[in-house]
Amino acid sequence: MYAQMVKTDADKVKALQEMTPEERAFQERVDRGEKIEPKDWMPEGYRRTLIRQIGQHAHSEIVGQLPEGNWITRAPTLERKAILLAKVQDEAGHGLYLYCAAETLGVTRDELTERLLSGRMKYSSIFNYPTLTWADIGAVGWLVDGAAIMNQVPLQRTSFGPYSRAMIRICKEESFHQRQGFDIMMKLARGTEAQKRMAQDALDRFWYPSLMMFGPSDKDSVHSAQSMSWKIKINTNDELRQKFVDQTVPQAEYLGLTIPDPELTWNEAKGGYDFSQPDWSEFFEVLAGNGPCNADRMEARTRAWEEGAWFRDGLMAHAKKAAARRAAARHAAE
Amino acid sequence: MPSLPDMTTPNLARPEGLTPRPGGSGTAPADALFEFLLRMGDNTLILGHRVSEWCGHAPVLEEDIALANTALDLIGQTQMWLGLAAEVEGRGRDADALAFLRDAWDFRNLLLVERPNGDFGQTLMRQFLFDAWHAPMLTALEGSADPRIGEIAAKAGREVAYHLERSADLVIRLGDGTEESHARMQTALDRLWPWTGEAFIPDATDAAMAGAGLAPAPDSLRAAWDATLDTVLSEATLTRPEDDFAHRGGRQGRHTEHLGHLLSTMQWLQRAYPGAQW
Amino acid sequence: MSSEWPLWEVFIRGQHGLNHRHVGSLHAPDAEMAIKHARDVYTRRNEGVSIWVVPSAAIAASSPSDKGPLFEPANSKVYRHPTFYDIPDDVGHM
Repeated sequence: MYAQMVKTDADKVKALQEMTPEERAFQERVDRGEKIEPKDWMPEGYRRTLIRQIGQHAHSEIVGQLPEGNWITRAPTLERKAILLAKVQDEAGHGLYLYCAAETLGVTRDELTERLLSGRMKYSSIFNYPTLTWADIGAVGWLVDGAAIMNQVPLQRTSFGPYSRAMIRICKEESFHQRQGFDIMMKLARGTEAQKRMAQDALDRFWYPSLMMFGPSDKDSVHSAQSMSWKIKINTNDELRQKFVDQTVPQAEYLGLTIPDPELTWNEAKGGYDFSQPDWSEFFEVLAGNGPCNADRMEARTRAWEEGAWFRDGLMAHAKKAAARRAAARHAAE
Repeated sequence: MPSLPDMTTPNLARPEGLTPRPGGSGTAPADALFEFLLRMGDNTLILGHRVSEWCGHAPVLEEDIALANTALDLIGQTQMWLGLAAEVEGRGRDADALAFLRDAWDFRNLLLVERPNGDFGQTLMRQFLFDAWHAPMLTALEGSADPRIGEIAAKAGREVAYHLERSADLVIRLGDGTEESHARMQTALDRLWPWTGEAFIPDATDAAMAGAGLAPAPDSLRAAWDATLDTVLSEATLTRPEDDFAHRGGRQGRHTEHLGHLLSTMQWLQRAYPGAQW
Repeated sequence: MSSEWPLWEVFIRGQHGLNHRHVGSLHAPDAEMAIKHARDVYTRRNEGVSIWVVPSAAIAASSPSDKGPLFEPANSKVYRHPTFYDIPDDVGHM
């Protein structure tokens, strides 16, 4: 997911009777489906976990601009160029909404940025894979946004008000993202032999990294259990992954493309597909910084941040000067 | 290979004092109209492309989003101008064919817009210098004797009025910001300056367009541009360069080395897979 | 070291004449730029016709009181701003 393997500080999930009165009142509010707002009392672990989760989600949106931005200057038609630009712009917007939601918890955007650039905070593993062909732009929209939506739609009901409201806005805006990806894939799948090959190649490379987005199985994870009891995580990783596969396989069939998994079979009993797990050792390598693009992504973000410092400072300096001049003029008039 | 215009013997007609004549005949030779529409569409195409290169790399998120809006406006305007150009040409090409399948010598954009982005200050200064020309150009075009041109100009004009407001504001703020931001903006202005004069030098195409009341004479826009620059640069505490030397040729298809590289990126897919639909 | 741009709360009135509604927040060096940023960030889909921006630090917010809170909010915690805080329409212009 855009937030993967978020730690909670918990070593076990407390039962109601083990909680302090504050914790218990808080948990009961969450259980009743009430929204927790920034000024409300909340357990320190809840606050810290949310900063990690929302921050990681925001970072993913920002770093996620890079693989798709990689093709804006090479988009094949004026319309494709405009659509892709609008989509990558939306991602910047989503990052902005999420940073603002995190800021209500007592952390600044600059602090979060600093944690990202120093490697202390992560972003989704998926954005460390390269976009090598135009079909990858289709695959990212279809598969990566498709996987992200699986998680984001339920998160609209999350317990933390600002996060929930950000997700509502994001889901509304995201509605066209997956469709534009599928639309690119349709054009390619019905195009020339070279275009079909390009589409299949993109699916081959993005299938397993997309499955990794949901994170390893968390059915025994205390962090997931804690996050679910706080309603900042709504479904288990396996549930979402299954749902994603069940939704995507018929779409691939429609496109005439082959999911690169010989084990993929319909399981009548469970009403879903059986499928192969991705290579989890690769996933952990990518998280550790050894994905194909980790270094490039961080270098690009660091450069934007460092080379932009004079611009941010210049505007701040001007605003202060202008305010001082206005104050002086007021003073002189009195 | 088509012959390139001769660099040493400028064939630039210089009619003086042409102003748009709403009562003009409304017809110009078809090739002049086509040329003119290419000039408009290629400006927005190439500048839109340059601005889009920043996507994901701007100094702050809010600015990343704002720049993308500018690029989106420019790409939209390109679709309108080149769409009309293709229609006027009547040879079965469309806006995409014009954008993706012409070589550099057939492009008619100002040299200014193909300048590489440089630092963020140069990008903003280039935008301001262009917007300060683009806005009065579109205002004048609203009165074109060709309603198709007037319609596009009216829509684009609303967008470009905001571009100018934003780029002028940023030039002022950064010029009158820190020592470093001031120095960077002055450098940007000095470097881009020789590429600005071209916009105001008329040629035969301009004469035909102006004569038919279809478009303003380029030199008629100079006063508005000068006035905007004087106001903004003075508030920005920046010094207007004195040397009025102007590189020229973009509007006639003689470009800098940069355009070829830009096109080889932009046109890559269309060239690598001829005839494919995307 | 740079100083971070201050945070602003953005309120937008849509086409249909309803009151300005809180839509989110953003960073900007001053009010004028905050309005420009708000236009670019929050009206990408023609959402509004009028924009207000307010420094987040200038917002006074009520204490959470719905259904009688059992506990005082922890005053020791410095929450920097009430982003995405829905100010009821009848509070009017803040």
